Amino acid sequence: MKLLIKGGRVVDPANDIDAVMDVMVEDGMIKAVEVNILDREGTIIDATGKLVCPGFIDMHVHLREPGYEYKEDIASGTRAAAVGGFTTVCCMPNTNPVIDTAAVAAFVRERAVKSGIVNVLPIGCISKQLAGKELSEMADLVAAGCVAVTDDGQPVSDANLMRNALEYAKMFDLPVLSHCEERSMTREGQMHEGYYSTIYGLKGIPAAAEEIMVARDIILAELTGSHVHICHASTQGSMELIREAKARGVHVTCEVTPHHLVLTDEIVGDYDTDTKVNPPLRSAEHLEALREGLLDGTIDCIATDHAPHHPESKDCEYDLAAYGISGLETAVAVIMHFLVDKGLLEYSEMVELFTVGPAEVLGIDKGTLDIGTDADITIIDPAAIKTVNPNEFLSKGKNTPFKGMTLKGWPWMTIIKGRVVAQKGQLVNNNTKDLI
Amino acid sequence: MLKFEHKDLLGMKQLSREEIELILDTAVPMKDVINRDIKKVPTLRGKAMVTVFYENSTRTRTSFEIAGKYLSADTVNLAVSTSSVQKGESLRDTIKTIEVMGFDLMVVRHSMSGTPHYIGRNTSMRVINAGDGTNEHPTQALLDMFSIREKKGTLEGLKVALIGDILHSRVARSNIYGLSKFGCDIRVVGPSTLIPPDIEKLGVKSYYNLDQAIDGVDVINVLRIQRERQQTGLFPSLDEYANLYMLTPDKLKRANDDVMVLHPGPMNRGVEISSALADSTMAVINQQVTNGVAVRMALLFLMMGGSRDEITY
Repeated sequence: MKLLIKGGRVVDPANDIDAVMDVMVEDGMIKAVEVNILDREGTIIDATGKLVCPGFIDMHVHLREPGYEYKEDIASGTRAAAVGGFTTVCCMPNTNPVIDTAAVAAFVRERAVKSGIVNVLPIGCISKQLAGKELSEMADLVAAGCVAVTDDGQPVSDANLMRNALEYAKMFDLPVLSHCEERSMTREGQMHEGYYSTIYGLKGIPAAAEEIMVARDIILAELTGSHVHICHASTQGSMELIREAKARGVHVTCEVTPHHLVLTDEIVGDYDTDTKVNPPLRSAEHLEALREGLLDGTIDCIATDHAPHHPESKDCEYDLAAYGISGLETAVAVIMHFLVDKGLLEYSEMVELFTVGPAEVLGIDKGTLDIGTDADITIIDPAAIKTVNPNEFLSKGKNTPFKGMTLKGWPWMTIIKGRVVAQKGQLVNNNTKDLI
Repeated sequence: MLKFEHKDLLGMKQLSREEIELILDTAVPMKDVINRDIKKVPTLRGKAMVTVFYENSTRTRTSFEIAGKYLSADTVNLAVSTSSVQKGESLRDTIKTIEVMGFDLMVVRHSMSGTPHYIGRNTSMRVINAGDGTNEHPTQALLDMFSIREKKGTLEGLKVALIGDILHSRVARSNIYGLSKFGCDIRVVGPSTLIPPDIEKLGVKSYYNLDQAIDGVDVINVLRIQRERQQTGLFPSLDEYANLYMLTPDKLKRANDDVMVLHPGPMNRGVEISSALADSTMAVINQQVTNGVAVRMALLFLMMGGSRDEITY
């Protein structure tokens, strides 16, 4: 089966390509990327005016299965990913049971094959039961397909355990993903600590609570010579620490979420629980520092921290609401609208942050249009304008602070291994497996 | 402008200076009703209000209840702690249940900031915030402002000090929002651990030293210090707190000669305020309670009745 994507602007940062070219796909692989390919056999996709990119990767997604299928499952989460322009997602291990054994990792991969429609790469736990006490069986997790380890959602508070995790993970070249939060400073915290927490009367979460642990983990990465990856970095101090550590040669990488790049703590004012997220939306100075980090290479990739919740856990008192934002279906549009369309980010920079950026963090062979690799392709329509309507989300999580915003620049087509799985926000039916 | 235009009273933040004046002006004739022999006017006959307190309170709840009764509204107090919460009912369902019984107005106190806002969005009843978490306590600020205006004749340009746990105080926040609309010079003073971040961006001056803070002030509002703050490590002991921040007649010599002292109650005598001062003529603590009823009558009238020129005597 052949597919010829014609006339689009091909943006493939790994190969230094940013030009109008055609992409030829055959048998699920990239066959050719050239100017004006002539072919009469395959299906032709007219991509004039669109950006043709390697498949986008979201390395921080909560698919919630097994255990919390009422929030999301692999079927709904991967469909949300597909219409959101992602061809590969990494799923976080804070499920029930948690992904701390090969058996659970294998279950997730099997479910992904059966009911999922994008590539799903599981991430295992750092510690058994996410309890922060004993290391999980990382060799088993790697053998079962895990591409990283993390206790995301539960910071590893024991510095010695974190040190051991870094030492041990090094044997498998496994990045250790760290949710940085000094819990003694964030208890009952509802929002970023600062001017707005003062006037809204909500318990603050200081930037320092994140930075203390970022600093610790950088020191431990340096001590062990291992790779630490900082999840959802959100503060100016984190940026400075990571920038300085990278300059010193420490193997530290980091991700940032779309919401931290474009929203500030000011919007918490109506006590809309969709603005409640951890780490919290920060103040404008922090947002600026993140944007600076995006441009100077301190930030390696953009990841959504897609955290779908059941409506009941958001339709309540602010203090009682769950933390998290359902991000898969808005991430690309948010970045396109607020950063790319405003001229703050080049196409190639944006694409890098969604493709080779996360691929390099994880050491996976994805994120490029290299000839002979899986034809995972994301096509973006930079001119498309649409209003975010959570009721149309394929994710079960409708919790988004972007609801009602009209954004410019949306995913237009998602192709996985040469098959079109989504187009213009809709699944393409003939390729859709039945929802199980 | 003789009408209260908001559906809900959620905070002083949302009120304009004119709206505050409307409420305070309306409270003046209401206070007369309280002082009558027959303390009842038919103004709100046929209207129904409910107080729903998710946090303990005697004075605020009683104040709202009697304010409603003086105006002939049917007043019901819902004992929340013993009912739906314990059965696991969601707040939304509780609100709906109350609404469909036909209440016109709901007074709510909740330990979590923003809950009255949530309720207001989810009901057709009018909502009065009787204190939400560490956010706002607008009726307390209104009664404080009424008491100050009654004694000083004006609010304009007064020097006002707020003493104590500013970080957790909804009374402090509401006072700051309200008084700053009248050009008051506002100071806050307390231990550094109880001063919230960026408070000075609200246009107030913050102090750690009591003497400096009350130097030349016209009004002092003493906040209640809660014991659990000490237990969570925010200050070492109530004794040390009292040594540094307890207001006494002696300390008051720094303030203006005609300084007045407010306290939202209940007082911890010997901790934030000395007994000698609490019982002196400089303290208007009991008048505040009476004024609280008057201000709440004014609000209930404006929110369930009509405009000020319709007041029936």
